[in-house]
Amino acid sequence: MTALMLEGILLTIITAATPLLFAAIGELVTERSGVLNLGVEGMMAMGAVIGFAVAHTTGSFGLGILGAIVAGMTMAALFGVVTLIFVANQVASGLALTLFGLGLSGLIGDAFVGVPGAGLARISIPVLSDLPVVGLLFRLDPLTYLAIAITIAVSWFMFRMRGGLVLRAVGDSHSSAHALGYNVIRVRFMAVLFGGACSGLAGAYLSLVYTPQWTQAMTAGRGWIALALVVFATWLPRRVLVGALLFGGVSILQLHAQALGVGVPSQFLSALPYLTTIVVLVIISRNRALVRANTPAALGQSFVPDR
Amino acid sequence: MELIRGGAGQGGQGRQRPDSAPLLQATGVTKLFGSFKANDGIDLAIRPGEIHALLGENGAGKSTLVKILYGSLQPTEGAIAWKGQTVTIASPSAARKLGIGMVFQHFSLFEALTVVENIALALSDRKSRAALAREIEQISAEYGLPLNPNSVIADLSVGERQRVEIVRCLLQSPELIIMDEPTSVLTPQEADDLFVTLDKLTERGCAVLYISHRLEEVKRICHHATILRHGKVVAECDPQKETAARLATMMVGAEVRSLSADIPAPQNSKTRLAVRDLSMPQPHPFAVALDSISFEVKAGEVMAIAGIAGNGQGELFDALSGERPAADAGAVTIDGKACGALGVTARRRLGAAFVPEERLGHGAVPRMKLSDNVLLTRHATGDGLQSGGVIHPDAARQLAERISRAFDVRKGTPDPEAGSLSGGNLQKFVVGREIDRQPGVLVVSQPTWGVDAGAAAIIRQALIDLARSGSAILVISQDLDEVLEIADHVAVISKGHLSPSRPTAGLTREEIGLLMGGVGEPTTSGRGAVHAH
Repeated sequence: MTALMLEGILLTIITAATPLLFAAIGELVTERSGVLNLGVEGMMAMGAVIGFAVAHTTGSFGLGILGAIVAGMTMAALFGVVTLIFVANQVASGLALTLFGLGLSGLIGDAFVGVPGAGLARISIPVLSDLPVVGLLFRLDPLTYLAIAITIAVSWFMFRMRGGLVLRAVGDSHSSAHALGYNVIRVRFMAVLFGGACSGLAGAYLSLVYTPQWTQAMTAGRGWIALALVVFATWLPRRVLVGALLFGGVSILQLHAQALGVGVPSQFLSALPYLTTIVVLVIISRNRALVRANTPAALGQSFVPDR
Repeated sequence: MELIRGGAGQGGQGRQRPDSAPLLQATGVTKLFGSFKANDGIDLAIRPGEIHALLGENGAGKSTLVKILYGSLQPTEGAIAWKGQTVTIASPSAARKLGIGMVFQHFSLFEALTVVENIALALSDRKSRAALAREIEQISAEYGLPLNPNSVIADLSVGERQRVEIVRCLLQSPELIIMDEPTSVLTPQEADDLFVTLDKLTERGCAVLYISHRLEEVKRICHHATILRHGKVVAECDPQKETAARLATMMVGAEVRSLSADIPAPQNSKTRLAVRDLSMPQPHPFAVALDSISFEVKAGEVMAIAGIAGNGQGELFDALSGERPAADAGAVTIDGKACGALGVTARRRLGAAFVPEERLGHGAVPRMKLSDNVLLTRHATGDGLQSGGVIHPDAARQLAERISRAFDVRKGTPDPEAGSLSGGNLQKFVVGREIDRQPGVLVVSQPTWGVDAGAAAIIRQALIDLARSGSAILVISQDLDEVLEIADHVAVISKGHLSPSRPTAGLTREEIGLLMGGVGEPTTSGRGAVHAH
């Protein structure tokens, strides 16, 4: 295998990992606040279609990205109002959000099916990008750099800043946080909105960069993989980065395996990323100490202040 | 400290209530929950530099009043004045800004966070974690509350968690500290240290609102007492001028019956629970390993295991109940049958019953009805609650009702969720559920923690009565009054090692306290000393 081929494969892996990273880091923040939002897939789909539509009609890539963020946040706000203010069940509301997002995105995107998109130029850092193999790390697209920057920022925020401490506290015990005078609902709402913005970005990456076009249900289960990724990462941002590359790698390698004509049914290969998800979750769950240490104790529990 | 100890007797030694304008004055505070009056026109004045006791049974409205003063609840009617100014305490952070701090009974700590992170969350000024950690170490040394700032709360014992609460409160340099049952988890020596801390605080003009069920303690350290019953103030008094019995009568509104253990424990009866050379490794790095524990409990007697929180009580309870079976089947025998490797249900079938320390979440499922909770421990012991896996709900309800009547469990509806009962009532139910079975062996942990005097008397009397009817009772407790009141023998657990047991007759609180602190007699200081019985 030549260095060029290797670079090509690595590049496609990173590109496949980026939307997973966006969606998972957003969901991680949401879950750290104690809210389980299963609507990632729906928010991604809305981000993808609105991002594409805005970019196509205005001709501005930046406005497209902004539109996707707003779309994701709007969906998240809907979820937040329903679960945090009206205290609806989070699992049911999240599933409904996914179905709603997939359906609505199909309706909005009907006019854009088959329209070619523009794609996004890569940023190339001089000298460093000319290095063999590792050089490719220095000529990625700006959104990939953004995803990595967000991951580092979230890690820094969660463990080095007061706001992050409050976020973890609210996710650990909402009644204690309330007793200390923190506004649990507001913290959670902001975390849910952040999750929505990241999901919107993940969707926009799919429709504007990854495959620059809109097709219905183009998220193809990536929202669910992102959810599993958060558990895989045991709610730690740096592990999300590793996990995204792993899952991105599996989904790309199965494509290469299919192309090479490996003697395995293609359906099995296509199922690989999802099988990996299940296997990895089982392995992770075996180490209970690891999971317990970082699992937000209040995950999925509704909070009603008693007054 | 000697001076304070001297004051434990009657009449006091001149603990004068300071004669100054009130720091905090509540007037006509009323709180309605629906149509239920939790607080009904309460007047309360706390002066700077005093320790003010707030007494009352569970459900008398103490917690509601305290939540109002700390800003977690808003009063329906009434006014609160702070240093003469009428104020609205809109939130706990508003209370902290005024200078009101609180040490909670049910700790308001974050399990997954470290000590320093927990404390940082309660402080409004944003200093660096390292600086805060140094300050924590300094305060904890100054007040004799040893703490490692970087431990994670989940790994700390109940007693250590309380220290975190107290240090957190002290760091905010409050002018009024509200303390909810602060000594319920401490040894007498630790409690004495706390009282020294409180004296240091009151000397600086800080006021303390002190909630406790321990009337002797209130008599000893408090300057003034306000007594609540059914949401109303029924009396104000100088606790040093009252007897504990009179204080209890004011709280309950009726005489609290004293315990009768006049019948001595039978001699030479057969052994019903025996533990031989029970050793268990640590289940996780922060737990305590059990170190060749041996003891026996005979029919008709109550044995107590005293000790400071976090010395292996939880691990011992799990090994006895079968939640964590031992490798060696012979380590635990119930009525002569080796059961060290059996699970909980199998041990129940041998006639044993178990009441764990935490009533909510361990002893009972909060969101399940009482009748369902009955089923959880009694499904396999021939009570006719199920046949072939099909539940007989009527039988379960009748059993729940029988337990409630026998143990005076007060509930709003016939079959409420366990979580809706007050702590004392749920404890009566959880203990009653096991005693009702007339088990041959009963292992009970902290039977009366956070339970008011009336309920505690009922539970303790029931334990004694069960023993005298021929059962063997093991009580794991940190409450020395309880140990001395009900136990025939006592052993002390320290770092997973159990001292030889001694008859409680003739033993004083101070002697057990010293044993608990690990500075006891030479016979217990050496490891592998002679084992119990």
